[in-house]
Amino acid sequence: MSAITVPKVRRRRPSTGVALSRRAGLVFVLPALILFAVFIAYPLLTALSYSFFDWTGILRGDFTGLENYVRLFTTLPYSEDIPNAFVHNLLLFFGAMVFQNTVGLGLATLLHRTRRFKRFFQTMYTLPYLVSPLVIGYLWSLMLSPLFGPVNAVLRAIGLGELAQPWLGNPQTAIWVVVIVTAWQWIGFPVLLYGAALGGIPEEVDEAASLDGANAWQRFRSVTLPMLVPAIGTVSVLTFIGAMEAFPIPYALGGSQGNPAGATDVLSLLFYRTAFESGSSNAIGTSSAIATLLFLFIFGIAILITAIMRRAERKLF
Amino acid sequence: MTATITPESRDAPTHGGDSGTPSNPDRQGRTRRRPTLGGFASSTFLWIYAAISIAPLLLMVSNSLRTTQDMAQQPLGLPLPPNFTSYQKAWVTASFETYFVNSIFVTVASVVLSTAVSLLAAYAFARTRSKWFTALEGLFLSGLMLPVYLAILPLFFLLDSLGMVSNLWSLILVYAALGIPFSTFVLASFFRQLPLELDEAARLDGAGPFQTFWRVHLPLVRPAIATVVVFRFVPVWNDFFYPLILIRDQSSYTLPVGITRFFGEYQTDWATLFAGLTLATIPLVVLFLLATKQIVSGLTAGMSK
Repeated sequence: MSAITVPKVRRRRPSTGVALSRRAGLVFVLPALILFAVFIAYPLLTALSYSFFDWTGILRGDFTGLENYVRLFTTLPYSEDIPNAFVHNLLLFFGAMVFQNTVGLGLATLLHRTRRFKRFFQTMYTLPYLVSPLVIGYLWSLMLSPLFGPVNAVLRAIGLGELAQPWLGNPQTAIWVVVIVTAWQWIGFPVLLYGAALGGIPEEVDEAASLDGANAWQRFRSVTLPMLVPAIGTVSVLTFIGAMEAFPIPYALGGSQGNPAGATDVLSLLFYRTAFESGSSNAIGTSSAIATLLFLFIFGIAILITAIMRRAERKLF
Repeated sequence: MTATITPESRDAPTHGGDSGTPSNPDRQGRTRRRPTLGGFASSTFLWIYAAISIAPLLLMVSNSLRTTQDMAQQPLGLPLPPNFTSYQKAWVTASFETYFVNSIFVTVASVVLSTAVSLLAAYAFARTRSKWFTALEGLFLSGLMLPVYLAILPLFFLLDSLGMVSNLWSLILVYAALGIPFSTFVLASFFRQLPLELDEAARLDGAGPFQTFWRVHLPLVRPAIATVVVFRFVPVWNDFFYPLILIRDQSSYTLPVGITRFFGEYQTDWATLFAGLTLATIPLVVLFLLATKQIVSGLTAGMSK
């Protein structure tokens, strides 16, 4: 009897966490695996291959190696459009990072110390983040309308009428509108995330520092901030991905052409335009090369930021 | 149960406990050191930013209740008396009814499908231990970081070859697949917290693997299911990119693509535009107010890593 039960127990003990046979597990995983494979993995792998071929409409031609990539950097309009759009993506990233880690962090810190109306404030700050970015973009395009827009009306009402201008018609201001609207919409996320991270810092740590005579700023700088590093890392990675993938807000504010004169163009718009609106016979090859570069850049930098933040965390603790 | 019980928070800010219990404002504790100024400044800042955050949305609702002519004459006027004709126009004439129904159908179906398959997969990830399943879980997780939308061309051709372009089911399947990374991540970490003894007890009672999952585990992970369902609702409802490319037929538009078309057609009809934007936003606001807890825990889910 014991001879039979002992091996059974042994087989289970070393692998705690096992309650399903491999076959049963496979059956459980299968539906998700099929969906993931067909609609995510297969298109992703295929998309990479598209960029190495010459295309005529939707007919795949010869294997051309890196020719599509070379064309991106040597032929107009791509050789001008790509750097132009890329700079705008970077502006979106840095703009949002600055805004989230100053205003966002400030709001989260203040909110953490507040008891009264805390939920109310959280709700107010988070609402824009949940609204469709396309709706947000169109809403701001109406608000910034030159003649009847409420923003210019407010400026005129408070005696700053000379500042009133066609915000989205002027190439100099248009990209900043995109940056500010994006940063404004995203602020709810860092407020919540930093709030959760602040809530996770043990009270005693702060008290100990305060007993040691640290003032409020020193406590924030040397105690709170280091403990926020993981949260800041998460916000950085997600902000980076979001900024590089930006599409609906620029689309709503500047259309698919990135008006005025490409001033609000971003890489995703460029990809969309090249693939679906360019009418070029090799649209698939060229746009796939853009997509592949953007893909590698986003994934590569996201992994890099994660690694840097992991290292920073390890140094701190 | 108020914060007055915590005397140790003399000058340090009171921490922890985000339970919404109304308590003695910490400001009073802080005033001893820095007379009202700091507390006053910080609450001013909180109120001002709350106004900045919410004013555009309030303006959207307020202007949707005014006439275009009224807005042109008085850009900053109030909707007195409120005028609802723009809603009727957006809903009926501008086809918002169609877009709205399509959006609801796509969102509900894809979230249900995505949650169902993710529940099964997450249970398997939590209850098996082999390198194949670990690798598969890693693969799913990588979907959280990958810019999957860039693979739209092959996806379009695939759906085209299946005759599914402009079919709402193409969106449902794509969104369901896109939901798998986040949903399995949250659900698997919940399943892992459940003790293995549950499975053993169920097996001793003669339950098979599926029965164990269905009868024993499913009821226990309800909070996680709520988080996943509510949280996935938001990006699917808001998504603009996939329907822009995959839906060519206007009668199958979801709200975001419908709005772009509508902005082209009704350019000067501001009242209707504001009403349309408000209609697209209402379900999200209602969801957020009803399920703040789930949204917040979804947004902060990555923190537990």
